[in-house]
Amino acid sequence: MHELSIAQNVLDIVRQSVPESELQDVRTIRMKVGMLSGVVADSLEFCISAVVAGTSLSGAKLDIELVPFRIRCRACEREFANDIGYVICPECGGVETTIVSGRELQVTEIELDDHQKGRP
Amino acid sequence: MSIVTVERKVLEKNDEIARRNRALFSSKNLFVINLVSSPGSGKTSILEQTLEYFDHRVPVAVIEGDVQTDFDAQRIARYKTPVVQIVTNGGCHLDAKLVEDALRSLPLEGIRLLIIENVGNLVCPSGYDLGEAVKVVVASTTEGDDKPLKYPAMFQHASVLLINKIDLLPYVNCNLNALKANALKINPTLQVFETSCTTKAGIAQWCSWLEANLHT
Repeated sequence: MHELSIAQNVLDIVRQSVPESELQDVRTIRMKVGMLSGVVADSLEFCISAVVAGTSLSGAKLDIELVPFRIRCRACEREFANDIGYVICPECGGVETTIVSGRELQVTEIELDDHQKGRP
Repeated sequence: MSIVTVERKVLEKNDEIARRNRALFSSKNLFVINLVSSPGSGKTSILEQTLEYFDHRVPVAVIEGDVQTDFDAQRIARYKTPVVQIVTNGGCHLDAKLVEDALRSLPLEGIRLLIIENVGNLVCPSGYDLGEAVKVVVASTTEGDDKPLKYPAMFQHASVLLINKIDLLPYVNCNLNALKANALKINPTLQVFETSCTTKAGIAQWCSWLEANLHT
């Protein structure tokens, strides 16, 4: 259960990417989370909501894109997805495979409500 | 609505410190392993057997990670080996910063091998680079043969698998071949050793592998 420290890292990135005066306008923090990143999306959402409560980011919610685990076989050059982390090619049995995706853990976009822009 | 494009890795700060640790290890010619497993699979016992086998012929230092207590550091100190205990106070894994801080109180001069024993946990430590050369995962026969399928990320990040407690195979529900096959489905390049800290089976082979990987 390290989602709480991950949540704090996510908010650090948000605070570094958005001017302090606009933090209250942050509505959505978009993330990519790989199936094999070791992070549970539901726990991360829960931890974010706990960490932002009572702060200028209290209006922010997570929008997580779950990225499937995919491998590419170097022998037959085909690509396969599976959710258990097998890296052996199901088609030709090749063990020389490349992990294409599934380990992501990144903040991609931050969406701000700009309804307050222009107000004095 | 306005959008700020970010595209930043959540663990970038950890990765940056890990790179710093790795540069330090390289400048000191240190081979560093990150020993990971679930609690109770025998990491500390393997460490003790390793220290006993090398008997100071290879200078080793140890960083111990635990949620509470310095019991493990006390066990290691009996081998007159430099050791630092990190107590995470509830934290479920070591991170690069904790290791960087611990390195300040560890005399590294003349040391060839640094073993970092991570917190017993097969999930969280897999995501945190500490700056090590290799992750070594321990799976014991008492845990059954399906651990690699249940915790694939850890087995994917590891370079070596130690199957420990093989002396207990006759008494536990664990098929050694199935355990190996499951691990290799997740990571076909895993180097596998079968060990027992009671009979000392496999310890010499494991230690020879370590020795062969020391920087000259």
